[in-house]
Amino acid sequence: MSAASSTRSPRRRPRNSVLLTVFMTLFVVYTLLPLFWLVVNSTKTQPELFASFGLWFSDGFHLFDNIGRVLTYQDGIFLRWLGNTLLYVVVGAGGATLLATLGGYGLAKFRFPGKRAIFAIILGATAVPGTALAVPTFLMFSQLGLTNTPWAIILPSLISPFGLYLVWTFAVDAIPDELLEAARIDGAGEIRIFFSVAARLLAPGFATVLLLTTVATWNNYFLPLIMLSRPEWYPLTVGLNQWNAQSTTVGGEAVYDLVITGSLLAIVPIVAAFLFLQRYWQSGLAAGAVKQ
Amino acid sequence: MTTMSMRAPRRRAAPSRGWTGLAFLAPFLLVFLFVLVAPVVYSLGLSLFRERLIGGTSFVGLANYVQALQDPKLWDGFLRVLLFLVVQVPIMLGLALIAALALDSARLRFPAFYRISIFLPYAVPAVVATLMWGFMYGTRFGLVGNIDRAFGITLPDPLGGGLVLVSIGNIVTWSFVGYNMLIFYSALRVIPTDLYEAAELDGASPFRIVRAIKIPALRQSIVIATVFSIIGSFQLFNEPNILSSIVPNSISTYFTPNMYAYNLSFAGQQYNYAATVAIIMGVITAAIAYVVQLRGSRAENR
Repeated sequence: MSAASSTRSPRRRPRNSVLLTVFMTLFVVYTLLPLFWLVVNSTKTQPELFASFGLWFSDGFHLFDNIGRVLTYQDGIFLRWLGNTLLYVVVGAGGATLLATLGGYGLAKFRFPGKRAIFAIILGATAVPGTALAVPTFLMFSQLGLTNTPWAIILPSLISPFGLYLVWTFAVDAIPDELLEAARIDGAGEIRIFFSVAARLLAPGFATVLLLTTVATWNNYFLPLIMLSRPEWYPLTVGLNQWNAQSTTVGGEAVYDLVITGSLLAIVPIVAAFLFLQRYWQSGLAAGAVKQ
Repeated sequence: MTTMSMRAPRRRAAPSRGWTGLAFLAPFLLVFLFVLVAPVVYSLGLSLFRERLIGGTSFVGLANYVQALQDPKLWDGFLRVLLFLVVQVPIMLGLALIAALALDSARLRFPAFYRISIFLPYAVPAVVATLMWGFMYGTRFGLVGNIDRAFGITLPDPLGGGLVLVSIGNIVTWSFVGYNMLIFYSALRVIPTDLYEAAELDGASPFRIVRAIKIPALRQSIVIATVFSIIGSFQLFNEPNILSSIVPNSISTYFTPNMYAYNLSFAGQQYNYAATVAIIMGVITAAIAYVVQLRGSRAENR
């Protein structure tokens, strides 16, 4: 995967282009503007939201006030939603990464009957869009009594065909066959070899898949929306949307300030993960984009 | 995510270990069967039955499919996502392509800043993205409202019936343009430098290099990004669903086929018919994605 990033020799750097700089600066203004809006408006009280200009701060600074109210509103259900999201990410994304790593390793380093067919089926599955499956999955899960339980979110999150594919392509080159043979000659069992030899070499691939699945699980909306009807198992995404819907309902308490500050709190961890771990993003996307 | 153009990795002589490899794959396969294969089979079954007011559930063969293919609500939603796809996808991929070429041109100061800033929206959940833009679009305390009051004018309501699809297109573009940019950028990075050097020696202009070397090298990435975007467009759900609680008058229950299937299940309890709609849309999406993929690879081999 890292092969994609550094095949270029340094070249004489051409002059900076004014045209491109202007274009890209406008582009960045476009992509950052809504995030700036979110930060600015999470410092305002609800009356100030209506009374002040949207792209600048109001007289008061109520960010910490707002955060406190987000965390305590409705008996602190926001923290419950945050906990649910973390549960789905740790078990769902963590499990998906583990399954993809084990499976990718099995596909890359062993021969077994039916491998070609399995490859074709899993590849076909990557073409099936997640949301197309959501309604059928709901219908089946409700027959099995799994809806309204965390399993309804965790089980479908455990499958990442793209993650499996990434680990597979990564493992082919990252783990030398000779190393595995040597370990076998030393008498190590296959499970022991995987954890003591292969797992270490697979770490960068593992990290990339973990990031991909973490973002997918953290941002998941459609599946929990369908599967859960009781707020106590909601993740942050569905919970925030419920607060917003409540605000627009006649007779519901308007809590736009909480929706806005809650949104800010919901994206801070994932944006931080993005910024700190972007090296892995690059390599993951490169592996996905570059023709094998 | 990446789909049909993937090939099995090059094989070296892998040790033959009987069933050991399958054992490593078994946990994945078991869950895969349960959460992917089983629901598809189950909904295929559902689509062949119909619940009647009297007499319970009965087998109706393909009657649900006949009904769906003549259902004006389904086709209304279908045409809407088709329109969305024809307009939004070229704009988004075009912007992503220009940005990727700009990053790759080495004519920008601080390219990492631009790269990260444009990619950042991809990390923002669709719910938060839609809520933010929904607020900004608002004529009450949104930016549109601010502008209206400041200048004493009345801009067209971005969330009104006529513009709401454009507004959704903007949210989707905002969320995914950076992702596509990075896909293109990653593909540009692996073009060997000596190709450029040779072209420069021959006196080729930067634009000529873009046209003759960079764009052809990107063809496969463009095909992949197009296929993803087509799938995404046909599955349009989150943004209209979230906006519909703010502006229920602009967004019908069958605004997109996916919303239609969702509302059939959860507002109408018509599970059999919802399964039929989901299957039809799945087949259409797969077929179109396949044709694009095929045409893309053919053009490449010319």
